[in-house]
Amino acid sequence: MAKTTPPNEHRALRIGVAGPVGTGKSSVIATLCRSLSDEFVIGVITNDIYTDEDARFLRSEGVLPAERIRAVETGACPHTAIRDDVTMNLIAIEDLERDFAPLDIVLVESGGDNLTATFSPALIDAQLFVLDVAGGGDVARKGGPGIGGADLLVINKVDLAEHVDVDVEQMVTDAEKAREGRPVLAISRKRPETTSQLCDWVRQLHRAYADGSHAPVDPGPMAPHFHATDDGSHVHSHGGGHTHHQHGHE
Amino acid sequence: MYASSPREHSSHKYSPHEHSPREPVRRDQGARRPGAMSSRAVLTTEADVLARSRVGVLRSQGALVLRPAHPKESEPLTHRRREVARVMLAAGAAGPLGGDDYSLDVHVGAGSTLVLTEASAMLVLPGPCGGRSHMRINVYVGEGATFVWLPEPIIAARGCDHEHDVRVRLERGARLVMREETLLGRHREPPGDFRTTLRVTHDDTPLYHQQLCVGPQADGWRGAAVVGENGAVGSIIAVDPAWESGAPATSAFHSSAILAPLPGPGMLVSAVAPDSLQLRRRLSAGLDTLGAPWAPRDAPLPEPEGHRDEVVSETEHTGAG
Amino acid sequence: MAQGQAALLLLADGRLPAGGYAHSGGLEPTVQAGRVSDAAGLEQFLVGRAETTGFVAAVFAAAACERAVRDDIAALSALESELDARTPSPELRSVSRTLGRQLLRVMSTIHPHPHFALLGTAPHQPVVMGVAAAALGLGPRDAALAILHESVAGPAAAAAKLMRIDPFDVHAALARATERLDRLADAAANHADAPASELPSRGAPLSDIAAEHHRSWNVRLFAS
Repeated sequence: MAKTTPPNEHRALRIGVAGPVGTGKSSVIATLCRSLSDEFVIGVITNDIYTDEDARFLRSEGVLPAERIRAVETGACPHTAIRDDVTMNLIAIEDLERDFAPLDIVLVESGGDNLTATFSPALIDAQLFVLDVAGGGDVARKGGPGIGGADLLVINKVDLAEHVDVDVEQMVTDAEKAREGRPVLAISRKRPETTSQLCDWVRQLHRAYADGSHAPVDPGPMAPHFHATDDGSHVHSHGGGHTHHQHGHE
Repeated sequence: MYASSPREHSSHKYSPHEHSPREPVRRDQGARRPGAMSSRAVLTTEADVLARSRVGVLRSQGALVLRPAHPKESEPLTHRRREVARVMLAAGAAGPLGGDDYSLDVHVGAGSTLVLTEASAMLVLPGPCGGRSHMRINVYVGEGATFVWLPEPIIAARGCDHEHDVRVRLERGARLVMREETLLGRHREPPGDFRTTLRVTHDDTPLYHQQLCVGPQADGWRGAAVVGENGAVGSIIAVDPAWESGAPATSAFHSSAILAPLPGPGMLVSAVAPDSLQLRRRLSAGLDTLGAPWAPRDAPLPEPEGHRDEVVSETEHTGAG
Repeated sequence: MAQGQAALLLLADGRLPAGGYAHSGGLEPTVQAGRVSDAAGLEQFLVGRAETTGFVAAVFAAAACERAVRDDIAALSALESELDARTPSPELRSVSRTLGRQLLRVMSTIHPHPHFALLGTAPHQPVVMGVAAAALGLGPRDAALAILHESVAGPAAAAAKLMRIDPFDVHAALARATERLDRLADAAANHADAPASELPSRGAPLSDIAAEHHRSWNVRLFAS
């Protein structure tokens, strides 16, 4: 992976938080800030589609000093801003790290998009992908680069499972199968024992990052396309180099 | 394009004989029209030992007639002050017409205050034999001096070919408020070729430099990036040394007008409007936003119903399309 | 065969990861204000932009390139302050510096050159474009053309997200603008070696007004 970041051994651990709209990315970030702010100095970058609403939400939660939460405007291309053209986010992270040095962790929230958007390792060191049970129990099984390849898959709002007829255990099993053993956490902010597992994962990641044993992994390009046909569904990939068509010109 | 640099760095000691206009004096395509008028006017002020301002040189020529004046309208900065110099520019002839060449040099000496107004709007017309008209205005405002310049609109009539060029050089510590208003044609006529440039420097640093080009030779100016369907466009520039340490806030106070800090100790009011009256109201409203002493203490002209600024989305129509 | 055409395409490509996709070149507030609502209005908007702020940006890119080719990086600071004076809207000054910083970040990563480190933290975009063009072996006219292309292609790309418009109509307007952009690039390059204070200054009052309104909004698609 080409290193686009200036060499800085002391820079913060950068964690991306991706996932579809409404699955609780901001809430996961608020939980992490609230639980870990005694141990780590944390900064947050949000990527909004229309507004700086996510940044405002986090500031209003009071989980961090307001000036350590900054918004990047993505011109309605949130997936471009975290993968194809990361320059705005990279500059925002570097500014935050410079202004509040030394930061331990920078959390980057992607604009809520769809199942295909993942962070480029040029921007972050590790990423978690957030789904929720309300999106349907079969989402995890469908896979995709975020679900399959993110460093951590979070299945959020499990307290709602019984109301939306989702079998959480089955969903976790499907996800683990799609992820070939990479970790999956089922959480709810109403169940503290679940969010403390999430915090433990971040602590462990930070230790690995600090001692140099963590290597960023690219979850891969955009998801393969699904084509429903008469004889069932099959999946084909458009190949490793293929990314979503020209976001800069949408 | 313009040899502004040598002038900007010239000595601030003023001599009326050294005001010859910048090169080139004439850029008309055709031969000079018989009877074309060349007018050079000079105005200087200085402060006396009691800090009262008095006019030094008051030289009129041809179409440019300068005369001592009384307050004409509510004045920012100098409202009802008696110790300032007030001069009015009046037209000694119609025009400028194509081929005419006017120049005005204004020197506001250190510590003095000059209010310059204008008797009427300036109508820029084509000449009988074509040719380009020019008006060049050079203003120097010395240390601690104040220049309040409230001219009337310039009207770019159909068929005109005019180049208007204003250079304002402020020393550190000088104060300025100046208005410029351009009407794009008389009632229901399109403007001729009209290019107006304003450059303001403060302490030899550029503060504002803008040119507006309209007319048949210019492209795209009727588009929504430039002036759209509006019939009038204008600005007010205000400069105050107190803003060196922080300018007032930006205000998008009207859907077609803004108040905004310039890169230096200056503020800009920029507006477009369907007509001259609404343009004046919008510019004045912007200056009022700055509060005293920029807002004249007399009540501002009320904006009539239907022209208030609540509506961001608007369609402006003008007869001057 | 003209030299450097491939390098020019690299520099002018909207896919160069310099964050340009987040900007509409003032089209978003203009559409919102009802000043552009159809393909004809968009075309007039693009022409007006190219002829005014686009041309001034092109002149400054050409001038920066000319100075960078001569290794006269110290002369760029005069261009910076003269371009500030030609950009009355503080929002547009800020946008130009943001885009300049992003372009600088990209160029210094993908095509390192000693000039990039001398430009300060947030130089104006046309200045960076000029220096980047020089670093790629291009000349003032190339730098001017790259900026002119972006000044119309940026808002044109945004149009489909902001208006009910046929994307083919948008590109038809861009196709009709190509001769104009070439002509403006020639004119801009002719000013490249003039003193900074004498460079052209064609303004666009409605663009300044629109930019200041746009920045006051809470909800918007584009950053400018």
